[in-house]
Amino acid sequence: MNTTARRKLKTPAVEASPFPYHPGSLLSCNDLDLDEVSHILGRATELEGQDPLVRDRILAKRRVALLFYESSTRTRTSFELAAKALGADTALISSLSSSIEKGESLKDTGLTLRALGAEAIILRHNSSGAPWLLEAETRLPVLNAGDGMHEHPTQALLDLRTMLAHLRDGVDTVAADTLAGVTVTIVGDILHSRVARSNMLLLPRMGARVLLCGPKELLPEMAAHAGPGIQIERDFNAALRQSQAVMMLRIQAERLAGLQLDLAEYKANYQLTGPRLAEYAPTALVLHPGPIIRGLEITAGVADGAQSVILEQVRNGVAIRMAVVERALMTQMQGGRA
Amino acid sequence: MTALLIRGGHLIDPAAGVDGLKDILLKDGRVAEIAGPGKLKSNGTETLDATGFYVAPGLIDMHVHLREPGQTYKETIASGTAAAAAGGFTAVAAMPNTIPVNDSPETTRWMQAPERGAAIRVFPIAAATRGSKGEALNDYAALKSAGAVAVTDDGHPILKDNIMREALAAAARVGLSVIQHAEDTRMTQGASMNLGPMSFKLGLRGMPVEAESGLVERDIRLVTELRDSRVHLHVAHTSTAAALAAVRQARRNGLRVTCEVAPHHLLLTDEHVGQYNTNAKMNPPLRSAADRDAMVEAILDGVVDAIATDHAPHAVHEKEVEFENAPNGITGLETALGLSLRWLHKEWKMPLGRVLSLLSAQPAALLNLKGRGTLTVGSFADVVVLDPKAEWIYHARETKSKSRNTPFDGWTMQGKVRWTISEGRVAYSSQ
Repeated sequence: MNTTARRKLKTPAVEASPFPYHPGSLLSCNDLDLDEVSHILGRATELEGQDPLVRDRILAKRRVALLFYESSTRTRTSFELAAKALGADTALISSLSSSIEKGESLKDTGLTLRALGAEAIILRHNSSGAPWLLEAETRLPVLNAGDGMHEHPTQALLDLRTMLAHLRDGVDTVAADTLAGVTVTIVGDILHSRVARSNMLLLPRMGARVLLCGPKELLPEMAAHAGPGIQIERDFNAALRQSQAVMMLRIQAERLAGLQLDLAEYKANYQLTGPRLAEYAPTALVLHPGPIIRGLEITAGVADGAQSVILEQVRNGVAIRMAVVERALMTQMQGGRA
Repeated sequence: MTALLIRGGHLIDPAAGVDGLKDILLKDGRVAEIAGPGKLKSNGTETLDATGFYVAPGLIDMHVHLREPGQTYKETIASGTAAAAAGGFTAVAAMPNTIPVNDSPETTRWMQAPERGAAIRVFPIAAATRGSKGEALNDYAALKSAGAVAVTDDGHPILKDNIMREALAAAARVGLSVIQHAEDTRMTQGASMNLGPMSFKLGLRGMPVEAESGLVERDIRLVTELRDSRVHLHVAHTSTAAALAAVRQARRNGLRVTCEVAPHHLLLTDEHVGQYNTNAKMNPPLRSAADRDAMVEAILDGVVDAIATDHAPHAVHEKEVEFENAPNGITGLETALGLSLRWLHKEWKMPLGRVLSLLSAQPAALLNLKGRGTLTVGSFADVVVLDPKAEWIYHARETKSKSRNTPFDGWTMQGKVRWTISEGRVAYSSQ
């Protein structure tokens, strides 16, 4: 079938996105240029090292809402601790114990939080794109804490900080070649993973090569077209052999939508085991955004092993989120509130 | 006896091969006389001065959702037809996915009753199966006598082979077409846009091209098997190159298979979803650039039989939600002509007569609307008077529809409607 047009015709242009409306927002890794990435990494380091009693004056009594439509341990707690570490008041609204259960829309929930004095909203939502809607309706700085299968930008930033600590002596000023020569393999349920999408947008901009690895059902070919510097390598061992870092992902059972997977086969092909790691990537960093399902995508020995930086990622989450919460509240909208 | 004289205009009637300065006299809802400029005496008849304008058969949209009965907060027959008249339309075919579903002669008649306040003619398209559930056929003869001009389960494609086969055969016996919204819904569960790199990037589940083309191919196979020249399959809102290829091939094989394309599938791609713009969400979804280019190619090549808007109004609050939760559809009645002239005619050089034909004579023929889509003496006095060169900006806030869910807000249109005349009455005037 011929799908190529014979004539080259002018067609309507795609208009530039008006997002983010607020410069303090962090909706996607695409919103950040490398200077801003460097700024966030630098502030994370500074804030982490500061005296807690000094640090908590930075956002003293400022109001931050955490709006969570999905369960979360790491992201929610680290955002909350980060905001509190800077002195902000936080309010947690979760879908199961709020009027969201009674059918209140995201727009109305956002407007209500703004009326209650929230100056920024941290949103975790099960629908891709929800932070864009919330930002458009409230015009507040919105921090995307994970939207559906789309993005999780603070996770990518904390993953970056973790990798820089080990691979680049902890530099926090990045440039287009900072990760040149580094291959990062992301393994498993790429299709449903917002962590994978944010990382594959962010890391190649510093020169890293991203290899995606997984079965066809969880890693469609079109993933390689998501951006530059992304390739697919379905042979896990071959991918490991090229990698300085390997990021394991959980199979997102809640998003499989009827897809049947042969778990025994999956484990045989894609589980990160001690022998596999020792043979093909004996010095690579092992990352995992959590939650881990021990014995499925990763064995307990590898998760707890010497190459694992999984808990370091969690610690970095607090530092990175201090920096992005500060950025949200300290970055002024040009020309006042829209 | 009412009469209206349109003087000084350039009459363009592609079906009749007319293209020149003519005066036209409308009387009792019909075209009474056509003559050279100044040849018709006014004798006190109400007169419209069309000097500098084109006078064309009123436009016909064979695919609209008027939402009445049942969802009058989105649209009513009165508001939808007012928008249609503003867009130059003098007739629309209303889809049956109302509440209740229009699957009865009673509802079909109710929709056409004068109490609905329609500004122009409404031709109901009735449900092909009871409740559009795809199980039991309706009585097509009774629906046709009540005024239905085709049958369809639009939005709820008929998946079962035997039901679709029976629908095609039964409709053919009474001279109706079956219009299929071609979507194999078993392949589109939970999907809210086209499947491709864009859906992957946005983290949205996608509808594969094959969900459309597969069902078109199945339907064409059924038409082939029926071996009855009266069988007429019409493919609604074609959006993929593969579906078009199937239609093209079916026609080469001598089958009566026709198709329509919506302006948004000619102009927009899945890239226009942008940052989750719910006014770029419809079904079939905006496709890849390759598919869009194939639509343009096909309409220029004459494979496409009609332009139809799939006007699908939704209230503002229904679209101000998460992309996945937003209903499908956009409005289109006020922008179809302006976009068609701006792009098909001006940019892609399709002759004006062909553009107007795709919007009038051809849909009239597909729905077998006798005496419409042309302005020969004796035809219905359905007329649009327009300035085909005028450029203007469309503002959704000024719409006559109850809804404003359009991706074309702020777009430049070409061709301004001056008057729309429905069966001899002025249904819209721009001043």
